[in-house]
Amino acid sequence: MSMTVAADRATSDPHHIGLVIEHPGPAPKRTVTAYGFWVFLLSDIVMFSCFFAAHAVLADQTAGGPKGSEIFEQRNVAIETVCLLLSSFTCGMASIAADVRNRFWFYLGMTVTCVLGLIFLAIEFREFAGLVARGYGPSRSAFLTSFFSLVGCHGLHVSAGVLWLLTMMAQVFAKGFRADVLRRMMCFALFWHALDIVWVGVFSVVYLLGSGA
Amino acid sequence: MLGKLDWSAIPFDQPIPLIAGAVVLVAILAVLIWVVVKGHLPYLWQEWITSVDHKRIGVMYILLASVMLLRGGSDAIMMRIQQAVAFQSQGYLPPEHYNQIFSAHGTIMIFFVAMPFVIGLMNLIVPLQLGVRDVAFPTLNSVGFWLTATGALLVNLSLVIGEFARTGWLAFPPLSELSYSPGVGVDYYAWSLQISGVGTLVAGINLVTTVLKLRTRGMNYLRMPMFCWTTLASNLLIVAAFPILTATLAMLLLDRYLGFHFFTNEAGGNVMMFMNLIWAWGHPEVYILVLPAFGIFSEVVSTFSGKALFGYRSMVLATMAICVISFMVWLHHFFTMGAGPDVNAIFGIASMIIAVPTGVKIYNWLFTMYGGRVRFTTPMLWAVGFMVTFIIGGLTGVLLAVPPADFMLHNSMFLVAHFHNVIIGGVLFGAFAGFEYWFPKAFGFRLDERWGKAAFWFTFLGFYVTFVPLYVAGMLGMTRRMQHYDVAAWRPWMLIAAAGMAVLTIGVICQIVQLVVSIRNREALRDRTGDPWDGRSLEWATSSPPPVFNFAFHPDVRGEDAYWDMKAHAQQSLDSSPPEYHDIEMPRNSPTGFVCAFFATIMGFALIWHIWWMVILGGIGAFATFVVFAWRDHDEYIIPADEVAAIERVNLEERHSLVSMAGTV
Ligand code: HEM
Ligand SMILES: [Cu+2]
Repeated sequence: MSMTVAADRATSDPHHIGLVIEHPGPAPKRTVTAYGFWVFLLSDIVMFSCFFAAHAVLADQTAGGPKGSEIFEQRNVAIETVCLLLSSFTCGMASIAADVRNRFWFYLGMTVTCVLGLIFLAIEFREFAGLVARGYGPSRSAFLTSFFSLVGCHGLHVSAGVLWLLTMMAQVFAKGFRADVLRRMMCFALFWHALDIVWVGVFSVVYLLGSGA
Repeated sequence: MLGKLDWSAIPFDQPIPLIAGAVVLVAILAVLIWVVVKGHLPYLWQEWITSVDHKRIGVMYILLASVMLLRGGSDAIMMRIQQAVAFQSQGYLPPEHYNQIFSAHGTIMIFFVAMPFVIGLMNLIVPLQLGVRDVAFPTLNSVGFWLTATGALLVNLSLVIGEFARTGWLAFPPLSELSYSPGVGVDYYAWSLQISGVGTLVAGINLVTTVLKLRTRGMNYLRMPMFCWTTLASNLLIVAAFPILTATLAMLLLDRYLGFHFFTNEAGGNVMMFMNLIWAWGHPEVYILVLPAFGIFSEVVSTFSGKALFGYRSMVLATMAICVISFMVWLHHFFTMGAGPDVNAIFGIASMIIAVPTGVKIYNWLFTMYGGRVRFTTPMLWAVGFMVTFIIGGLTGVLLAVPPADFMLHNSMFLVAHFHNVIIGGVLFGAFAGFEYWFPKAFGFRLDERWGKAAFWFTFLGFYVTFVPLYVAGMLGMTRRMQHYDVAAWRPWMLIAAAGMAVLTIGVICQIVQLVVSIRNREALRDRTGDPWDGRSLEWATSSPPPVFNFAFHPDVRGEDAYWDMKAHAQQSLDSSPPEYHDIEMPRNSPTGFVCAFFATIMGFALIWHIWWMVILGGIGAFATFVVFAWRDHDEYIIPADEVAAIERVNLEERHSLVSMAGTV
C-alpha cells in the first residue's frame, strides 16, 4: 500500500494529530488526466447552471409570445432522451472495449454512439427550425431566448462531442490503443456521460416543468 | 467583405490614441527588427514562445502583466489629469474618449495586469514549492498563457482600430446593449475577456490539479507552504467563478449579435440578472486576486523573520473560509438596487464575516514577526506596507458593507478609494513583493536593494497621497467617473490626488531603473547558492535558475518548512554517498499554444468586426490545431542520467563550498 502509517516518522507529526499519513508522491498520469478533466467538467456544469438560472428567471417572460406548454412536443423530447441515454450506454461499451483492446467492439460502440448523437441533434434541429419558421425564434421573447440558449448550449456540446468522437475513432484507427489515446478516450467518455446528466436536467427543468406551467 | 470595418474605424481626428498607437507600433517594430537582425529569433521561438516549461511561462505572464501595467498606468495618469483640470471646464479629453479610458483602465488592470501577474507567480513557484518537475498539463499551460496574450492584444488594438467600451469595466446593460452602444467597443471588451477567460480557466484547472495530485513524496496537505494553499484556494475560485463570467458575457453577446433578450429592456429581458451573474463572478474574483498575494506575504514574512509561520493551521483554515464565504456576498455590490432590507441585511452581515478570517491572517503575520529576527529587505517592506494599507482598505470595505452607509457611498469616490486601497495595497504590493522575492530564483541574480527600497517608498507614499483625497472627495459627495464638475470643495482634493499620481509614477520609474541597474550589475548580484534569502521552502533547494527538470530527485519531505528542515540536517545529508541518478522524462516544447492564440486572435478580430468568412477560417484553424496536437507521437523527451548528474553536480558543489565555508568561519 502506498498510503501507510509510518510509525518511524510519528515524531515528525507537527500537528500532533496522532497519525501521519505519508503522501506517496506525484500521482500517475492517468489519474492526473482524469482528475483535471473532472475539474473541467465541474466548471462546465457551473456554466450550464448559469443558463439554467437564466431560464428559471425568464421562463415566465413570454412578452405575449407562446408559453412552454404551447410549443413543446413531448414525443420528440422522449425520443431525444432515449437516444441520449442509449448513447451513454454504447459509449460505456466502447470504453470497455478500449480497455480490453477489442477493436471491433470499440468501433461498433463508437459508431452507434455517433449515430444516436446525430439523431438527437437532428431532432433538436428540426424543433428549432420549426419554431423559427412559426415566428417563435429566440428574439421573440425572453422566455424563448433562455430556452434556445440553454437547449442550444447543450446541443453545441453534443456537436463538439461528435467531432471529438470521430477524432477518437480516427486516432484508434491510426495509432491503436496507445496509452495517451486511452487517456483521451477516458476523457471523452466522461464528457459524453456528463452531457447525459445535463440533459436530464434540461429535460426535467425545461420540458417537464415547462409543459406543466 | 470586411464587415463593419472601413477607414472610419481609424480615428484620424483624435491625436492622442493615434500618437500612442504609433509609438507602440514603432516600438514593437523596432524590437522585432532588432530581434531578427541580431539573430535572436530562433532562440526566442525555441526557448520561450514554444516553451512548455512552467518557469518560462510564468516569466512570460509576468512580462505581459508588466507591459500592460504601463498601459493601464498611462490611462490612470490621463484620468487624474483630466479630473484635476476639469473644474468648471471641459478639461482636455472629450467625454466619449474619457469614458473609453476609464473602461479600458479597469478592464486592463484587473484582467491583464493583476490576473497575469498572480497567475505568473503561481506558475513560476508552485511546482518548485511542491518539489515536482512541472505543472499537471504543460502544453495546456502554454495555451492558457497565449490566449491571455490574445485578449491583451485585442484590447490594445481597439486603441487604433475602432473604439473601446464606454460602459465601465463591467459593461452593465442596458448601456452595453446594442441600442445604447451600437459601436464595436463593447464587442472588443466582451471578446477579449471571453478569449482570455478561457486562458484563465485553463490555468486554473492546471494549478488545481497540480496542487492536488502532483506533490512530492511526504508533502502532505499540512506540510504545503502557505503559497500553495492560497494558490489552491484561488484556483478553486477560478474554476468555480470564471464559467459564470463566460456564461454572462455569452448572454450579452447573444443579445448584441442575434437579438436575444437576456438583459434588454424589451420582451421581458432582466437587467438585474446581469447584476447577479456578473457579481457572482466579480466578488470571488477579488479574492482570486488577493489570496495569492496573502500567500506571498506569508512566505515573505516568515522567511525574513527567520521563523516558521505563526498559526499555520489557522492560516489554512482562514484561507479556505475566505474561499467559501467569498461566494456568498456578491449582493453587496448592489445594495442600492432594490433588493429589500432583509436581503440587504443578510448580505451585509455575510460581507462583514469575511473580515474575520482576514483579521486572523493579519494577526498571524504580526505574531510571526514578533520575536523574530526581522530583516527589512525590499520584499519585507512591501509586506509591511501591505499590512498597514490593507487594514485601512478592509475597514472601509466593512463600512461599505453596512447597507445604510452604502446608500450614501455607493458609486462615490469613496468606493473608488476602497477598491484601489485593497487592490493596490493588497494585490499589487503582493505582486511586487513576490517579484522581488523570487526574481533571483527565476534569473539567478538579485535585484538592486537601493532602487527597490526607493521604489517601495515612492509607491507607498504616492498611493496614500493619491487615494486618501479620494476618500474625502467621496465623503463630500463626489460620484465616480466624473468627466467634469463645478463643486469647488472637490477641487483641492483632485489636485492633491493628481500630485499623488506623480509620486506613484516616480515609484514605477524607480522599479524600471532597478531592473536596468540590476541587469547591468548582475555579476555582482549573482546568487550561486540558489538560496539568497535563507529560505524555508523547497524552491530554494534547487539552483537559481533551476534546471528544466527542477529537481534531480523528487525531494523527500519530512515536515513543514521542508528546506529549512533539510538545511538543519545538512551535515548528515552532505556526508552520505553520492546518489544514483535516473533518466528524466520531460514534456517537449510545442507551438500549439502560440498557434491556438494566433487563430483565436483572427477569430476574435473577425467577430468584433462581423467579418464572417474570417471567423470560419479562424474556427477551422483552431480545430485543425486541435487535431494536429492530438496527432503528435512524441510529446516527451528523455534527459539521460549522466546529464542530470552533471547538472546537479555543479549545483551541489556550490552548496558544499557554502556549507564548508560556514563551518570554517
Ligand atoms: C473585508 C473585506 C471586504 C469587504 C467587507 C468589502 C466590501 C465591499 C463593498 C460593500 C463594496 C460595494 C460598494 C458599493 O458598490 O457601493 C465593495 C466594492 C469593491 N471591492 Fe470590496 N470589500 C472587501 C475586500 C475587498 C478586496 C480584498 C478586494 C480586492 C482585492 C475588493 C475589491 C472591491 C472592488 C473592485 C469593488 C468595486 C467594484 C465596482 O463597483 O466597480 N474588496 N467592497
Ligand atoms: Cu464584493
